[in-house]
Amino acid sequence: MRALDPTEKAIINGLQGGFPLTHRPYRDAGAQLGLSEGEMIEEIGNLLARGQLSRFGPLWNAEALGGAVCLAAMAVPPDRFDEVAELVNAHPEIAHNYQRDHELNMWFVVSTDAPARIDQVIAEIERETGLGVRAMPKTREFFVGFRVEV
Amino acid sequence: MLDAIDRKLIATTQAGLPLVAEPYRALADELGLDEAEIVSRLGQLLETGAIRRIGAIPNHYALGYTANGMSVWDVADEAIAEIGARVGALDFVTHCYERPRHPPLWPYNLFAMVHGRTRDEVRAKVAEIAVLVGPAARAHEVLFSTRILKKTGLRIAA
Repeated sequence: MRALDPTEKAIINGLQGGFPLTHRPYRDAGAQLGLSEGEMIEEIGNLLARGQLSRFGPLWNAEALGGAVCLAAMAVPPDRFDEVAELVNAHPEIAHNYQRDHELNMWFVVSTDAPARIDQVIAEIERETGLGVRAMPKTREFFVGFRVEV
Repeated sequence: MLDAIDRKLIATTQAGLPLVAEPYRALADELGLDEAEIVSRLGQLLETGAIRRIGAIPNHYALGYTANGMSVWDVADEAIAEIGARVGALDFVTHCYERPRHPPLWPYNLFAMVHGRTRDEVRAKVAEIAVLVGPAARAHEVLFSTRILKKTGLRIAA
């Protein structure tokens, strides 16, 4: 991976939020970073093309849009791990699934349009796998800056 | 609540903002609205929290942050509001939630996700959290991801 140059770092570090809601936002945001409007558009395009930014724009909050999200964990016997992963992943409501180094070794996120669907999906997974699923819905969200410093 | 125009705005901007000098006008043209309405709706959606933020959304992995540690903490219930707020405010914490315990296997109620270039870097950051949390945490662990089994993006129907 090529190292980021100072301009790219300035964009990534300086623009993880607060993009202006103005007529010429790239010009106005660039002025804060000492970049022209054209440089901003070109540099952001390059960062996107190289995959260093996943996106540039609004980050939507699924729950505020009426959907529901719930983290869940399972303790899967090692000799059944791949089989269970396949059963879990077959549900389209599973957005992410990670293996982690703990007795609770499978951690996935259930994401549904309707909140009531979360419990149904978890019950289906328990029935299909014969294993218990521990639901870990967030009970409180603490504000985070959501920043990566490069 | 969101109306039909908001839903269209979501669908149109899910891949990102247009990379043109007047991106809000470009969205307005696409949706058959005027620029002022797009700007005012985006402002309101930010205010209500339907949009978390507008800007660069970095790809941790592509930027070299390949170690991903879920740090989990058993914090006294009466201290979690204050501790959670302080942990979430750290620059390197990308998600911070209170979740239910499942004793005895899972005594932890505070989750703070930490990204780093290496596992050692993540461990050093978790050690910083431990100092900040102090005796309010009875125990903690870091769970590293050893394999991504599935990863799909957020899908929102228009």
